[in-house]
Amino acid sequence: MAAITMSNIVKKYGDGFPAVNDVSLDVQDGEFMILVGPSGCGKSTLLRMIVGLEDITSGEMRIGDKVVNTVAPRQRNLSMVFQNYALYPHLTVFENIAFPLRLAKTPDEEVRRRVTETAGLLELTEHLERKPANLSGGQRQRVAMGRAIVRQADAFLFDEPLSNLDAKLRGQMRTEIARLQRRLGVTTVYVTHDQTEAMTLGDRVAVLRKGVLQQVGSPRELYEQPVNLFVAGFIGSPSMNFLPASVEGTQLVTPLGRLDLRDPAKAAAAAGREVVLVGIRPEAFEDASLVGADKRATGQTVRARVDVTEWLGNEQFAYVPYEAPADLAAQLRELSRELDGDQLRTQAVVALDAASLIAAGDEAELWVDTGRLHIFDPATGENLTRDEERVAELGRHAERVRLSQRGARQDAPG
Amino acid sequence: MTAVQAAPPAPAATTDRSRAERRLGLLLSAPAVLVMLLVTAYPLCNALYLSLFSYRLTAPDDKRFVWFGNYVTALTDGLFWQDVFTTFIITFCTVAVEIVIGFGLALVMHKAIFGRRTVRTAILLPYGIVTVISAFAWKYAFDLQSGFVNSWFGLGDYAWFSGRWSSLFVIIVSEIWKTTPFVSLLLLAGLAQVPGDLGEAATVDGATAWQRLWKVTIPNMRAAIMVAVLFRTLDAWRIFDNVFVMTAGQQKTETLSFLTYRQTISRTAIGLGDAVGVLLFLSVVLIAAVFIKGFRVDLSQVRSDR
Amino acid sequence: MESARSKALWIAVSAVILVWALFPVLWIVMLSFKQPGEIGNVHRFLPKKWTWENYHTVFATDLFTSALINSIGISLIATFVGVVFATLVAYAIARLDFPGKKIILSFALAIAMFPVVSLVGPLFNLWRDIGLYDTWPGLIIPYISFALPLAIWTLSAFFREIPWEMEQAAQVDGATSWQAFRKVIVPLAAPGVFTAAILTFFFCWNDFVFGISLTSTGNARPVPAALAFFSGESQFEQPTTAICAAAVVVTVPVVVIVLLFQRRIVAGLTSGAVKG
Repeated sequence: MAAITMSNIVKKYGDGFPAVNDVSLDVQDGEFMILVGPSGCGKSTLLRMIVGLEDITSGEMRIGDKVVNTVAPRQRNLSMVFQNYALYPHLTVFENIAFPLRLAKTPDEEVRRRVTETAGLLELTEHLERKPANLSGGQRQRVAMGRAIVRQADAFLFDEPLSNLDAKLRGQMRTEIARLQRRLGVTTVYVTHDQTEAMTLGDRVAVLRKGVLQQVGSPRELYEQPVNLFVAGFIGSPSMNFLPASVEGTQLVTPLGRLDLRDPAKAAAAAGREVVLVGIRPEAFEDASLVGADKRATGQTVRARVDVTEWLGNEQFAYVPYEAPADLAAQLRELSRELDGDQLRTQAVVALDAASLIAAGDEAELWVDTGRLHIFDPATGENLTRDEERVAELGRHAERVRLSQRGARQDAPG
Repeated sequence: MTAVQAAPPAPAATTDRSRAERRLGLLLSAPAVLVMLLVTAYPLCNALYLSLFSYRLTAPDDKRFVWFGNYVTALTDGLFWQDVFTTFIITFCTVAVEIVIGFGLALVMHKAIFGRRTVRTAILLPYGIVTVISAFAWKYAFDLQSGFVNSWFGLGDYAWFSGRWSSLFVIIVSEIWKTTPFVSLLLLAGLAQVPGDLGEAATVDGATAWQRLWKVTIPNMRAAIMVAVLFRTLDAWRIFDNVFVMTAGQQKTETLSFLTYRQTISRTAIGLGDAVGVLLFLSVVLIAAVFIKGFRVDLSQVRSDR
Repeated sequence: MESARSKALWIAVSAVILVWALFPVLWIVMLSFKQPGEIGNVHRFLPKKWTWENYHTVFATDLFTSALINSIGISLIATFVGVVFATLVAYAIARLDFPGKKIILSFALAIAMFPVVSLVGPLFNLWRDIGLYDTWPGLIIPYISFALPLAIWTLSAFFREIPWEMEQAAQVDGATSWQAFRKVIVPLAAPGVFTAAILTFFFCWNDFVFGISLTSTGNARPVPAALAFFSGESQFEQPTTAICAAAVVVTVPVVVIVLLFQRRIVAGLTSGAVKG
């Protein structure tokens, strides 16, 4: 086991375009780190540089206390699960899992013992003599994991390992990976573009955009205290709504109505600016008629015409179109495209209680939890309302959770 | 898979790894390239050089530099042009017939509902048979003494090998028999790449089977057809084995390859023979150029990259 | 009944194809079992009296037996060396990034189209000068070089089908480049290599031009060349049935290979050729 330390890592291809630009990231020993970002953000490239399948243009990559920039993949003692699993089709499941051990010339006796043990852990025992072609997607995925686990590598690297599975299996395997990582306590770097995987699996999540590291933090920190528009928009599904607003004293004038800034810190952030972008998560809205009086007082109500509603049983979404100045609308569209979306119109997405009876076409009264809104600088995208105290608190919390899981693992038998 | 395959373009050739990769690549290619060069480049240069001499192996002392004299001799000789014509006739007829039959066979293999394996194996068999033996088989079939053709088709004692056109006919038949399998396999591969839903869409649009064939299937396998035509044209242009076995070039059935062989090996007229050989080589280059430039047969696309 | 009619049609079409493809071969086989005096009897497809006499004749002929040994030995060696070379090149082309890939492929393509006869004269002289004339290596070398293009294409096409990830996975698993090649790529590529070997063997087995030009005696003369001269020697009474027996002998291995590996041959011939 080892920590992975990246300092000012740059990857440039032949055309000079930096696919990864000046990334510095510490993955602590035993930590589960997620690399996330829209397609083409450089997350896979970064992972492949860790494992040694891509050359590093500049910067320093350390595994443990050893600089590995020029070390061949086979000498890095890492194991990797590929997107397509890369199972060797000519070998049985047993030999696939045993492959790294065979290369290391491990004695037969030990190979047998360790493969059997790994297969037991992954419930592959009865499939050991089959060929990969005869396995289901989930089984193949487990074989790939088995091959990664068996050699007791210093770290696990996952390159979108679940993206080829259907939704249900993906959920199961996700829990399986989390359980396994907690149990083995091996440093793990996991690349994904999937929100849920990023939020549920990682001790910390690193968000990349066009090769540049945006923010590293616990899932909660990213969700609650994003550093900029990009992270705010990328984390959370449906995405945070960004409403253009002009500032009038401590009031924000948005297309949905006027919002009071009661929090002095937020008011201070907006002060002196003419135009800002207000970020409100869909779940910060509610059908005003379902909000109790005491809660109502902590926020504010606005009236808006609902365009479409989607009732999902456990929750409900409503879409509220609004007009935005052309330049800001263009900027928002650009952001949406960067986030792999394709939002054509400016509209707010509002999450409502499933019990809400608001219907399409209604002029609805919506309650907004103004305490949870963020204010962004439209020019730089910077979050003006990040609460450093809260960030520190979330950081301590995440560390405590991680250590308690590690403690639980050490206590656990096996 | 997409993520990894579509992944990064090759890095600029600066790092150690890419240097090592280049070295290894060249190293691995070296033996094959050297053998191919040894057997082609040197003899070709040698042929070019010797074709400028009047030189017979039997009279090495008479070796004289005659500039392009041998080429003039060859190009002004009626025999050369007769051989060109013969070669052209054989090439044209075999390729034309093979494309049609080959396409038919490809359709059968593609669509056959039963006995598919048997049919495929049977079609493949002539491909594996040694050309000389196929030539013997057809020679004996048309032979007056041992052949079944005359007696079965009531042709009496029609002597196939005593006339130019009838001899050429038999040569062409044997060539077609032997090489159609190759054509049909190329066309089958092309056929398999025409998406099935194209045909279905055309059916929905109201096309008959015949219209589907001409308006959907064939235009979509243009690349395969052109490659088959090119390969077979160049192959037939070199025809030698059948002619040697069946007529030995008698009855004006001599082809360019046979002429070259006869000059260099049988008559040991090295200078003249090499000149004819060079002309044969140039004609192949010309045909290939016409196909690749003229008909825009993109071999790199067809051959190497998917 | 539409389906019954189309079924009958398919049967008819298949039968015609079978006759077209097999009849000439069967004719040779039947001739080879007829007594030499019976060849004039063209009305009977089957021999009046089956006889092994022709086979005894050809196997008693030194010219044929030495030619058979030559053919087998030369073809096998040329196939082995050619396929090894082609495997190396195809691996480099499919897997490595180095300059000159396109040149090698184009060069191989050019050789595949080369009029062999143009080279026979100069090779004849060269071989005589360096003592390769009428020897096994004198045929093996040209066989290798002219079989290489097909082998290279077939193999590069096969190698391209193997996902890149496989080799990288092996490297991450602790393999050196060589181990990744030997333990992962070679087993995956084995079917392709095998197919290339079949096609190369067919090519060598089939050769005639080099066979008659670069040999003069039983030292190295392969079967097709020997057959052609066998018939030429006795102009007046052609040893038809004996030639047929010899032809059957050299055709049997081909038939066996085709029967066993039909699918592989089809895949090999087409994968290298048309990937539009």
